[in-house]
Amino acid sequence: MALTGLFLCLFLVVHLAGNLQLLDASPEGRLKFNAYAEFMTSFPLIKVVSYVLYFSILFHAFDGLLLALQNRRARPVRYVKEKPMANRTWYSGQMAVLGTLVLVFLVIHMKSFWYEMHWGGLPKDADGNKDLFTVVNAAFHQGWYVALYVGMMGVLAFHLMHGFQSAFQSLGLNHPRYTPLIKNVGILFAVMVPVLFAMIPVWMFYFNA
Amino acid sequence: MKLTLKIWRQSGPNDKGRMETYPIDGIEEDMSFLEMIDVLNLQLVREGKDPIAFDHDCREGICGMCSMFINGEAHGPGRGITTCQLHMRRFKDGDTIFIEPWRSGSFPVIKDLVVDRGAFDRIQAAGGFVSVNTNGNLVDGNALPIAKDHADTAFDAATCIGCGACVATCPNGSAMLFVAAKVSQLSLLPQGRPEAKQRALAMVEQMDKEGFGNCSNTGACEVECPKEISLEHIARMNREYMAAAMTKE
Repeated sequence: MALTGLFLCLFLVVHLAGNLQLLDASPEGRLKFNAYAEFMTSFPLIKVVSYVLYFSILFHAFDGLLLALQNRRARPVRYVKEKPMANRTWYSGQMAVLGTLVLVFLVIHMKSFWYEMHWGGLPKDADGNKDLFTVVNAAFHQGWYVALYVGMMGVLAFHLMHGFQSAFQSLGLNHPRYTPLIKNVGILFAVMVPVLFAMIPVWMFYFNA
Repeated sequence: MKLTLKIWRQSGPNDKGRMETYPIDGIEEDMSFLEMIDVLNLQLVREGKDPIAFDHDCREGICGMCSMFINGEAHGPGRGITTCQLHMRRFKDGDTIFIEPWRSGSFPVIKDLVVDRGAFDRIQAAGGFVSVNTNGNLVDGNALPIAKDHADTAFDAATCIGCGACVATCPNGSAMLFVAAKVSQLSLLPQGRPEAKQRALAMVEQMDKEGFGNCSNTGACEVECPKEISLEHIARMNREYMAAAMTKE
């Protein structure tokens, strides 16, 4: 869980860097984004990494499901009265639920863009690249899609808030000097990354005609 | 003090069990929680009813026998204390108090609030020891130099009394804090190093065999542990386990 989780965190950063190009909606900006998308789907080294990514997502999801089922079995009779807030954050105890929501969102998200880019038969732009920018622009002009995206970034934020620092602990990386730093970086990461992701559809909804 | 107690009653391992309500009066705030149960049991015996079965022994916080889940928390409200160190001054007149046994598939209920923590003994037996020479050629323990910080950390781990509050409070029913304390306590000391690899592998294997849940680092165990065992020990066990698993022949 920890290794795939941290790899997925790294992926989020790369994905975010790519997405931020969407903020430039000038004709050249659109062409640049489409060229970037073309590069990301055709360059051989990135193709190899993308298979590692698909594997990581599936492994993280299935292993998480398996662990959640084992955990459920470990307590067949539940408490009549339990006070979970007394000793842990609510989101640290709800990682499976948060993760499942992220997975559902991921399926919708991949159908909208990843599937369209690969097999959607998109029209070509002036440079002859698939015009992914127009697809993204259209999606981010639907209010419900933007709302879903922003909401799910909130879910992702809480998943990361626990997941980031938890991954280091699972790998045995706990040290009185560095753990507080890891925790703070984790919180910053969990807030900044989803906020920046969510900013893009909101920006496009309001400011991109 | 007048209280309403809602207590888990279960006549035996095969009984389904249920919560029962007991009103109680005349409780002093200086009484310990277990003394309050003693008063209730006296009342039940006088009424010709079956008294509540509960584990207790030293009543001074060092034996690890008492094990009650009180108002939704292991060993009740308060930090760094066992149930026997919990005093009635933590409660108010008129309070309703829920008392349940540790809940874990690996700790089956024997009767009422008494659970079988034999799983912990079996984990200990799998590797929580140092094989010592007993033929008379013993080495003086102080002959081995041990860094002060290592000795201190090992001692912190060794304060674990094996009460099971970590398992009881973990949303996953994981025993990682207990096992980590036992692995740490020995792996930090030179006497424990020769068997460190086998110990980590064997104890984790036994823990999994017993059916405990998985650690998801919620940190609830560390908060509820009466001996305040740190999550650092879990990280140390993870390191020990990974190193042992990767280099085992």
